[in-house]
Amino acid sequence: MHFPILSCIVFLPLAGGILILFTPKKNIGLIKTIATAATAVSFMLSIVLLFKFDYASSVMQFEEISSWIPSINVCYHMGIDGLSVGLMFLTTLLSFLACIGSYGIDTRQKEYFFLYLLLSTGMLGTFAALDLVLFYVLWEIVLVPMYFLIGIWGGPRKEYAAIKFFIYTLAGSVFMLLGILALYFTSTPHTFNILELGKTASSLMLPAQIIIFIAFYLGFAVKVPVFPFHTWLPDAHVEAPTPISVLLAGVLLKMGGYGFFRISFPLLKDAAHHFALPFAILGLINIVYGAFVAMAQTDFKKMVAYSSVSHMGFVMLGLASMTSTGFNGALLEMFNHGIITGGMFFLVGILYDRAHTRELDKFGGLGVKMPVYAGILTVFTLASLGLPGLSGFVSEFMALMGTYPVFKVITIISVLGLIVTAGYFLYMIQRVLLGPLNEKWAGILDMNKRELFTLIPLMIIIIVIGVYPLFALKYQLVSIGALIQKLGGLVF
Amino acid sequence: MNVIENLRFITPEIILFVFSIMILMSSLLIRNKNVLGIFACLAIVAASLYLPQSHKTNPSLFFDMLRNDSLSLFFKEICLFITGIVILISMGYKALSEERIGEYYFLILNAAIAMLLAVSSDNLLMIYISLEMLSLISYILVAFLKHDPLSSEGALKYFLFGALSTGIMLYGISLVYGLFGTTDLSIISSAVSAGQVNIFVAFILFLFILAGICFKCAFVPFHMWAPDAYEGAPTAITAFISAGPKAVGFAILLRIFTKNFFPLYVNWSALAMLISIFTMTIGNVIAISQDNIKRMLAYSSIAQAGYMLIGFVVGTASGMEGLMYYILAYALMNLGAFGCVIMISNSIGSDAIEDYAGLSKNNPVPAFMLTVFLLSLAGVPPLAGFLGKFLVFAAAIQSKFILLAVAGVVNSVIAAYYYMRIIKFMYLDEPKAASAGQRSLPLQVALAIVMAGVLIAGLYPSPFLNWIRASQSFFFQ
Repeated sequence: MHFPILSCIVFLPLAGGILILFTPKKNIGLIKTIATAATAVSFMLSIVLLFKFDYASSVMQFEEISSWIPSINVCYHMGIDGLSVGLMFLTTLLSFLACIGSYGIDTRQKEYFFLYLLLSTGMLGTFAALDLVLFYVLWEIVLVPMYFLIGIWGGPRKEYAAIKFFIYTLAGSVFMLLGILALYFTSTPHTFNILELGKTASSLMLPAQIIIFIAFYLGFAVKVPVFPFHTWLPDAHVEAPTPISVLLAGVLLKMGGYGFFRISFPLLKDAAHHFALPFAILGLINIVYGAFVAMAQTDFKKMVAYSSVSHMGFVMLGLASMTSTGFNGALLEMFNHGIITGGMFFLVGILYDRAHTRELDKFGGLGVKMPVYAGILTVFTLASLGLPGLSGFVSEFMALMGTYPVFKVITIISVLGLIVTAGYFLYMIQRVLLGPLNEKWAGILDMNKRELFTLIPLMIIIIVIGVYPLFALKYQLVSIGALIQKLGGLVF
Repeated sequence: MNVIENLRFITPEIILFVFSIMILMSSLLIRNKNVLGIFACLAIVAASLYLPQSHKTNPSLFFDMLRNDSLSLFFKEICLFITGIVILISMGYKALSEERIGEYYFLILNAAIAMLLAVSSDNLLMIYISLEMLSLISYILVAFLKHDPLSSEGALKYFLFGALSTGIMLYGISLVYGLFGTTDLSIISSAVSAGQVNIFVAFILFLFILAGICFKCAFVPFHMWAPDAYEGAPTAITAFISAGPKAVGFAILLRIFTKNFFPLYVNWSALAMLISIFTMTIGNVIAISQDNIKRMLAYSSIAQAGYMLIGFVVGTASGMEGLMYYILAYALMNLGAFGCVIMISNSIGSDAIEDYAGLSKNNPVPAFMLTVFLLSLAGVPPLAGFLGKFLVFAAAIQSKFILLAVAGVVNSVIAAYYYMRIIKFMYLDEPKAASAGQRSLPLQVALAIVMAGVLIAGLYPSPFLNWIRASQSFFFQ
């Protein structure tokens, strides 16, 4: 019996949260310390995980399995492979950084940090769970704290945004629950074990696979979000407080994409082939539609939110390709998008804290007053629009390259979407940083140390992956290879 | 076995009766809610200690009127648990005057006796008598705040609906007697399976009996009494009638319709499916627009009964298991929710949902607990309500009742909206007026017990599932 490192990573935040419940409400310093310590230790353990991870193997590592509800074959089963190790790292990193970013929360801190840590446990658990029921439980646990975090600490339309997020995602995931049950009862012997199902479920008849695939699709597509289920996203992202927007964009969206990688595709491979074209078309719509809508926004945060819709299109496109390059691009795009857009939301938050407005037209010339901010914002923007040498380029390029041989026309149109992306990001830079200084902001301050501390690690990762992609790719190559082989897709 | 020997199987009922008389008499001297309440709790504890052990032969008692089998034992334990919690809740309920507190506990203990008898009845006549005893006590208890017009109105509606539906049921029983020459369920069941009667005629007869059960469980279209009775009744009694009679109704439903009339089953399941879908949909949709929390919980419990019925419609072993687990989970979370409503109304003096605004600031503990119970009712994992839904939906999928499962999940999304609405008021809105929380130890104990139950049954359900599985042997004899 080895050290249960995954359980520690997943449940340390929850343990911290329970500790916070027993802390006096007035002692805000202690509450913050506990929350930071819990997420920090969880983050450090995930670094240990990265070092100990054997990336030459596609089998599950650090597996933990024990019986939970024996009468219906439900197990407490966790493990990670190349598909999830990067997302685990991303989640612990963003949880830690956003926790530091949460120091600015000035009301009801005790409740905030408890819910925050509960959210953290739910997200981490989703990426580690290998039992469908455990996966579903942790997936749903994310909803409740998120509802409160948006609803209590959010912006002016927080209540609407919170309930919309809750109902949308719940509506999607209850169908996923039916899918889970259908998988269970169509497998012999009945099991919720994702690895076992990977071996048996692909022998299902195509019509059954298609129905189950759609049930899972509804759950995952709302989270990604795929057009037309994306309308909760701008509301939730815009109304949520900054650290929560970071987690929403950085991690929650990845849960949907990860679901495709972990469950839909390997378990229902005939249906996955069947739906390749719709996936590609939906990816295309996400990319182009998201980019155009982002361009039309005057609210900085809303623009970043729609850019997420656009970027997640590359994940769909890469998935549709059924090639190893496309899959690698899609998975890496999830990681990169988490880092880049997480950082973008931090940057939006920094500006909002000072100016109390996010209207792009009201800024101008801030580059003079906030040189450090301007520099960092430019790096993140360029990474987001896919400048070679930064991480966003690598994954988008791979996703497009993998898709090109399969869906030529769709790929070509998607690339055109990138031009729009460059357009709205540069237009944003122009309106915020360049031009004559708006006199209203003459006294604005540059970033402080805490803010720098949250952004520097993200920037380092962006540059390192951009220059030397293998640094991140090596973790996923073998697992993706095995997945593609199982799916019978193109290896190139 | 002669009658004297039979007596040891009804020790719990005897204990409850003796205690109830003692409480009634001592209330002439002591009119203290807590002292008498503790007495009543002792009665419940003693009765549960003396519950008869499950018996391999499932003996018939009192000339085949009662039967001591695993099904009745399971429901007896649930009913005693519900009554115990309701007594604890009543002790902390401020609106209940101490003037007639003796009668109050007397009636509750006698309702417990009626429930114990009803779940073990094996004869239609006995079922009718014990159900009627339970109903009459419930009518009185609903009207217990006799100076409150709402309470009287609720009780009157409850009584009129109840009288009508038990009348229909009694009519059905008399027709059954005419057809079979007996009211004994075992004899009827062997007559049915031997094909001695026209199945269609027998089916029509049992529709009449079904009416009575639908009333007890508040299934659509026999649900109209529930919102008024729930709103008007003292809240502790609302908790009781939302959990107790419903559990009894399901016990009787299982006893009459699963084993004894299995040949009728095919006809019956299509009808039950319709009832189930309508019950949950109508309950949920109407609940959205309610502005009184007791009324909202009334519609929510109508909807919950619809989910439970899914397990019954499916009719397989896993369906029954899901149904029985759901009844347990439902009792826990509904008692908890009403307990919180009492705790909150003790301090803010209102049951209007709007007055719950900002409750998390003034009364953080009840607000938190109510949130947990509402989330459990909404079916959010890892709470007990989730596993209940999971099990019944699983049973539906397993037996290819896809439509039923889809109706169930769509309904649970609708339901999430109005449960979250309460939570929104408590946590997201600002308080209107400051109010101080009042503490009542028995109420806190009751809430702690059901809270622990909701968490444990959700996180570590194995002991509960094993218990249910052991009780299920009833269906496979």
